[in-house]
Amino acid sequence: MLSLQRFIQSAMSEWMRGGGPQSDIVISSRVRIARNLAGLPFPMLATASQSEEVVRRIEEAFQEEKEQPYFRDAELIRMDTLNDLQKRVLVEKHLISPHLAEESRHGAVILSGNEAVSIMINEEDHLRIQCLFPGFQLKQAWQLADHIDDTLEHHLSYAFDEHCGFLTSCPTNVGTAIRASVMLHLPALAMTQQLNRLFQAIAQVGLAVRGIYGEGSEALGNLYQVSNQVTLGQKEEEIIDNLVSVVGQIIDQEQSARRRLLESSPIQLEDRVHRSYGILAHARVMDSKEAMHRLSDVRLGIDLGLIKGVSATVLNELMVMTQPGFLQQYAGQRLDSGERDIRRAVLIRERLAIEHNDEN
Amino acid sequence: MLCQECGKRPATLHYTKIVNGEKTEFHLCEVCAQEKGEQIPMMENGFSIHQLLSGLLNFDAPYGEGGQAKQSVQSGSLRCPTCGLTYTQFSKIGRLGCSDCYQAFGERLIPLFRRVHGSTSHRGKVPERTGGRLKIRREIEQLKEQLKQCVAREAFEEAARLRDRIRALQRKLEG
Repeated sequence: MLSLQRFIQSAMSEWMRGGGPQSDIVISSRVRIARNLAGLPFPMLATASQSEEVVRRIEEAFQEEKEQPYFRDAELIRMDTLNDLQKRVLVEKHLISPHLAEESRHGAVILSGNEAVSIMINEEDHLRIQCLFPGFQLKQAWQLADHIDDTLEHHLSYAFDEHCGFLTSCPTNVGTAIRASVMLHLPALAMTQQLNRLFQAIAQVGLAVRGIYGEGSEALGNLYQVSNQVTLGQKEEEIIDNLVSVVGQIIDQEQSARRRLLESSPIQLEDRVHRSYGILAHARVMDSKEAMHRLSDVRLGIDLGLIKGVSATVLNELMVMTQPGFLQQYAGQRLDSGERDIRRAVLIRERLAIEHNDEN
Repeated sequence: MLCQECGKRPATLHYTKIVNGEKTEFHLCEVCAQEKGEQIPMMENGFSIHQLLSGLLNFDAPYGEGGQAKQSVQSGSLRCPTCGLTYTQFSKIGRLGCSDCYQAFGERLIPLFRRVHGSTSHRGKVPERTGGRLKIRREIEQLKEQLKQCVAREAFEEAARLRDRIRALQRKLEG
């Protein structure tokens, strides 16, 4: 079995290492651009040879531009060369979509070395360029995605219409075909029951919000994704700016909720985050729901300075590494859910211990 | 395994129909399953084959009752000449088959654009290769804006250069 530290080094994407601007609340920023090649049916109706043609053309463009900094150490991986577990880990790292992993025919992905860039091929559209940055760096993510889009377009003819803009398989993506999103950690707004009010306000300005993990309204680990819904009729920069300003307001609200909690019930808050830390540090069985909830508490404790000696990046890592695919990859074998709960507890204990030794 | 209907495409949908205790197995591709949809009875949990497919495609139809109800005989026969997708199929799956579908279903997509985006015309990026005349028209607009500013600043040499570029682009549009 790999040592945990070596495994972490090989398994972490840049965005999971945390950091970046305002990373106490914004975990990551992502921009995704959808494009289709002119003259070929969309993946849903493409024949095997047409889908193969799409991969071939995009691969050619990628090879032509290999000197670009983001392509230099990138590689193209075909989905049919990966096993289920490898695909699952890529999904948990947010580098490919479940659709590409499970349902695509002739699907592939171009991954940059630091995993900040992932380009899905034959997902719902021929091409989906995704840039994923740690912290609040939506503009930077857009600029890079925009640049990659231009670079590929030197070699590829895109399906485009003067009125509808870039044509996509789903008409809800047409126009700019961009989806910009940020992942937010909002524990204080959740504790003070302010999320519903906030989400209603977000929906009114053309943005969508959903929990990252978990079903329906229940978001595990107080992690939420806010993204643009409108893709047609606005310029890309307007879409990004609108999201940036709304997210800025959400950050302010979360910060003031945190301050109020600290002022009104400091000892209760301190007790809560330390309890969660104690459980993470000592538990022997830990299901993913509890893990996310405890990690969220500890993260809040670190951000508020109540817990010393643990870095917030560890929490970022653990939120991803305690997902089922990751645990099995680290164990080097398939695990049923009972085994996973035990391994999850071990992994968390070990990770926090490493952290502790580094500190001392 | 190939689709038992068309014999061309791979069968991706497998199900068993039991009528009066007699089992019949079906192996169909997505397109033929859509076509046969009318003849397949409702499934036990009240799902028609269409809804099942929509579910497979992970799609919540954004069409209210209005959209569904509007499928008159006319729209049923509306079909994209390039990929063969019918409007009825599109309204069940919520995905278009190729870029020509936008042309084929043009009129019917407009209310959808309004509902989702509150707009029907693109104002964002234009690609170099396929953006064609729009790219040129936008460039002319930008240059005219710059020209105005130059004239206001009395930078006449620069204004003359801009005017020449605008004329060249306009000839390109007309030519």
